[in-house]
Amino acid sequence: MAEVILTDDSFEKEVLKSEVPFMVDFWAEWCQPCRIISPLIEELGHDYEGKIKVGKMNVDEHPNTPGTYGIMSIPTIIIFKGGKPVETMIGVQPKENFKKSIESALAS
Amino acid sequence: MDTFDVIIIGSGPAGLTAALYSTRANLKTLVIAGRAWGGQLMLTTIVENYPGFPEGIQGPDLMQAIRAQAERHGAEIIDVDFKSADYGSTGSPQGGSTGSPQGGSTGSPQGGSTGSPQGGSTKLTTSNSTPIKIRTDDDKEYLTKTVIIATGADTKWLEVPGEKEKIGRGVSSCAPCDAPFFRNKNAIVVGGGDSAMEEALVLTKFASSVTIVHRRDEFRASAIMQKRVKENPKIKILFNSDIVEILGENKVEKVKVKNNKTNEISEILIDGVFVAIGHIPNSALFPGVDRDENGFIKVYDHTKTNIEGVYVAGDVHDAHYKQAVTAAGFGCMAALEVEKWLMNQ
Repeated sequence: MAEVILTDDSFEKEVLKSEVPFMVDFWAEWCQPCRIISPLIEELGHDYEGKIKVGKMNVDEHPNTPGTYGIMSIPTIIIFKGGKPVETMIGVQPKENFKKSIESALAS
Repeated sequence: MDTFDVIIIGSGPAGLTAALYSTRANLKTLVIAGRAWGGQLMLTTIVENYPGFPEGIQGPDLMQAIRAQAERHGAEIIDVDFKSADYGSTGSPQGGSTGSPQGGSTGSPQGGSTGSPQGGSTKLTTSNSTPIKIRTDDDKEYLTKTVIIATGADTKWLEVPGEKEKIGRGVSSCAPCDAPFFRNKNAIVVGGGDSAMEEALVLTKFASSVTIVHRRDEFRASAIMQKRVKENPKIKILFNSDIVEILGENKVEKVKVKNNKTNEISEILIDGVFVAIGHIPNSALFPGVDRDENGFIKVYDHTKTNIEGVYVAGDVHDAHYKQAVTAAGFGCMAALEVEKWLMNQ
């Protein structure tokens, strides 16, 4: 499934009310490391198709949601489950780390 | 499996320049670029001291250009992390860490990746018939006749209470990445070199005030950078001062600063702490390769390590110059030496 482009308006409906865990990639145009992470997140969306959803949110265009979750550095990737953040990953890291977080969110 | 002539680990100016030279020498070249490819320059803004760009060039643009140049000449570049190396007949130990050796990622706490430096130097010899085996974090294996280690260096953190858990929550090593989150807020930059000056100047575009905290009574930054900092009305300077603790619930709220002349401790309300006190060489993933007491890889005869066929270039061995242009120069040297070594085999 393709990545969902999230907005402040759609966030609650798409992410917080999602049936399955939802991994959100908070990013911005000016953020170099975000460009590195972005294809990885898309890949994970395919790897875990049906089990989780993935989406990205531009923090410049939609500042309210990042503010709510205290994001002060990007890329920040948060996995939401049952309307709550359950896993937070800040900065570029190996795919393995994301997999571990996804597995632990699925298991919890 | 094909055997590469050379595998280059790292994709900053050293690694990619090495790749440029090795491919032009017709060597079958693989660059293990790391997931955060490009190195420290990816976390900077304008680079004004790389020759050839009279108006300066954005760090990330420079790296894109060097990468494109290496690729145009046939370098194969993969954006995965190096995991371990097996240097063949010597049966040297494997690196077990999965951390990214290339570093440079925003807020990723990889700075502590240097293990204790290795002890005595042992001159190892491998027979050329046994290729070196390189493993990546996606569990693939590659064979090569030679290796150039160009993994650079990562942020050195303050290692004070409250720092680690607030990386990405107000503690940062990358102003160009995170400065926009500090619009109309107050930030501290720790350090006294050029990179501290740059972090402070970048922050002034967003923050209402920036305080540079430095442990000595003068900066070691270049004259031009010091001048820009001192002329900027948004920047305050605290000399002879150390941050001893970072406080706050879930994010940075204040810091304890100790004046190291009077031992007086004061608290400053602050929203962000940008750390620019230097870098730690990414050498821990290479057990068996000689390092000095600070973790820098030891160099023998310009670009060689203690292991036959394994070369080194850039900030992972260079504790003195640490410039983009010197790293590129070291990359060139290592590639030329690799070429010579392969011809003599």
